[in-house]
Amino acid sequence: MIFVSKKKTRKASTWILDGNHAAAQGAKLSRVQVIAAYPITPQSPVTETLSEFVERRELGAQYIAVESEHSALAVCTSASMVGARTFTATSAHGLAYMHEMLHWAAGARLPVVLACVNRAIGAPWSVLNDQQDSISQRDTGWIQIYARNNQEILDSIIQAYKIAESVYIPVMVCYDGYILSHTEMPVDVPTQEDVDRFLPQYKPHTILDPANPKNYNLVTLANPRVNAEGVLCHGYMELRYLLQEALQNSRETITTVGREFGELFGRSYARMFWEDRLDDADIIIVAMGSLAMEAIVAADMLREAGHKVGILGLRVFRPFPKSDVVQALEKARLVVVFDKNISYGIEGATCSEIKSALYGSPARAVIRNFIVGLGGRDVKARELVDAVNKSLLSLKEGVLNKEYPEWICAI
Amino acid sequence: MGTRECQHICGESSPAVGEAGKTGEWRDSFPVIDQEKCLPVRQNKPSCFLCWLYCPEAIISKTIPIQINMDYCKGCGICAQLCPAHAITMVHEEEFCLTETD
Amino acid sequence: MTESQEYYLCMQDYYEIRWHGRGGQGAITAAKILAQAAYLEGYQGVTAAPSFGAERRGAPVSASTRISPQTIMVVSQVENPNVVIVLDHTLLKYQEVTSGLVKGGWLIVNSWRPPKELDIKGDFNIATADATGVCSSLGLAVAGLTVVNTAILGAFIRATEAVGMASIEKAIRERFSNGEVGINLAAIAQTYEITKLEKIG
Ligand code: SF4
Ligand code: SF4
Repeated sequence: MIFVSKKKTRKASTWILDGNHAAAQGAKLSRVQVIAAYPITPQSPVTETLSEFVERRELGAQYIAVESEHSALAVCTSASMVGARTFTATSAHGLAYMHEMLHWAAGARLPVVLACVNRAIGAPWSVLNDQQDSISQRDTGWIQIYARNNQEILDSIIQAYKIAESVYIPVMVCYDGYILSHTEMPVDVPTQEDVDRFLPQYKPHTILDPANPKNYNLVTLANPRVNAEGVLCHGYMELRYLLQEALQNSRETITTVGREFGELFGRSYARMFWEDRLDDADIIIVAMGSLAMEAIVAADMLREAGHKVGILGLRVFRPFPKSDVVQALEKARLVVVFDKNISYGIEGATCSEIKSALYGSPARAVIRNFIVGLGGRDVKARELVDAVNKSLLSLKEGVLNKEYPEWICAI
Repeated sequence: MGTRECQHICGESSPAVGEAGKTGEWRDSFPVIDQEKCLPVRQNKPSCFLCWLYCPEAIISKTIPIQINMDYCKGCGICAQLCPAHAITMVHEEEFCLTETD
Repeated sequence: MTESQEYYLCMQDYYEIRWHGRGGQGAITAAKILAQAAYLEGYQGVTAAPSFGAERRGAPVSASTRISPQTIMVVSQVENPNVVIVLDHTLLKYQEVTSGLVKGGWLIVNSWRPPKELDIKGDFNIATADATGVCSSLGLAVAGLTVVNTAILGAFIRATEAVGMASIEKAIRERFSNGEVGINLAAIAQTYEITKLEKIG
């Protein structure tokens, strides 16, 4: 983490930061009040850096050392409930261990923000990158944002608080282990003043207060019930409906917050995915996280060979930007989806989402799915190019959709 | 009219009499107090009141003599278990009915 | 050479640098200092990364620095460097060290031998400098071990001219405490002076 220079224009300073330090800076600038985390590779530097900030009193937060990730998120949910802005970070097995509490945080509608440093899950052991860990948690009711580079990690964490605290849904900011977490690159670090202007104070929807005692999230029966004051209260299912409704509506908030961020900091996040040269593209590459950067190089190469290739880089995976994706893919004849995860027995998770989004729409693209980069396998731009070329060739031979994904590996 | 009117976004309730429904309906046995053994009655001054403190339904009064709101007494028997003077006995509903009709 | 390499190497002033050293020799720190110096020099795109995974003291490790006038989009690992820097010449016996080094690129080695005597053949230029000698005479050591990771930057500047001494100096000043700056800068300057170059063709 190195300070480089002050830019007069946007008052921000440019630092050369790796992804983990960018995440820690994002949490610090968001003035988090309670941090509870358990170290795990490749996330550890995030917690180390934040504990140093607290130790040096650069950040007025409580750093609570816990004995497990399950406890880390239990601390965050409890602290969030009494009105504190909370932060945690983890990877792979740590995230899996949090699974129960992930459901709890979302169900209790607590705006916790979690940095997930994407890492492969055992068996067999691997500390290297893929996105199986966070994808496995997609049904817990969290908003999931994937960063393409270190700037987006920092920016997304700041935005995550504003989003989470507006819609009362926890947000997971995911970024690729090592590829981003341990790679340094220039990052504009905004001033505390500007972030304070962007991010209002957290106003909890529930607060535990002895003067006004309440019970939260007790056993809730299947059917609605009339409480002692005669008010008809939600049953379990109504609360679940509200969470889904909030996620559906959060799309609006996510894009508004992204636009506001752009107005203040000069980097707009007004869309739920990044697009590159989609205007005239009839072949579209879909990827998520840092792979969407490498895909730009692949598109350059394919364009040079005369193909009209564009990129849809998914930024927000939950809520899934269904209608926008349909619009973006409408004119394509071939969509090649690269997944760093696999929903065993079917296909890559983003591919399934894309297919389900397109069902019933006028889009008629052939969709190909490639599983890549599991357990840290390096993914080169030229491999993405090869996959697109291979798909084009088989398309020419009359093969349309395939039942199962293809893998880029040595099998 | 739907449940939105409660304006909750997660499971929420406030402590109030009857918030959990008529818990008295759960009862299959209930506490019978022998007032002569009860310490506050014997000493004729506020004392003990352990049953008041521990009743999970909070429906035993802190009075002399103590009183139990049978609409909400769920018959758990905690009061009988912890009464230091053995002043409370749990009696099965059926038995009670029999003695009543006798 | 791969397609992506051709694509990128046709770009002016694009450097893919791979560092080889042993755990504890500071290859990763050097990769980061160089990225920072390049940014100060005016390059918009810089990245510095360790080789991914676990590292052990003494075991061969590598790191990489990418430098470009434009923002860097490549996130995959360096495969065809145009500069390879070797902190420990005993590593030259491993084939990985020069693997993928592009034609006309630079192999920069910390060695007292002149390039011709390195016994290495390839389509690349070679630079050598006895950074270990420089550092031990200056007493530049960490935990009793002579460290050459900053000194070798002198040989890098001499060979590639990719980054100026002023930027390196700024980067060093930002990373090290006042007491450490002088000795590191002296090591870089002296190594720059004694660097021997052997160009092909
Ligand atoms: S616990 Fe027993 S002695 Fe004490 S107040 Fe209750 S009934 Fe009386
Ligand atoms: S403690 Fe249990 S049995 Fe005793 S009064 Fe309370 S609810 Fe009834």
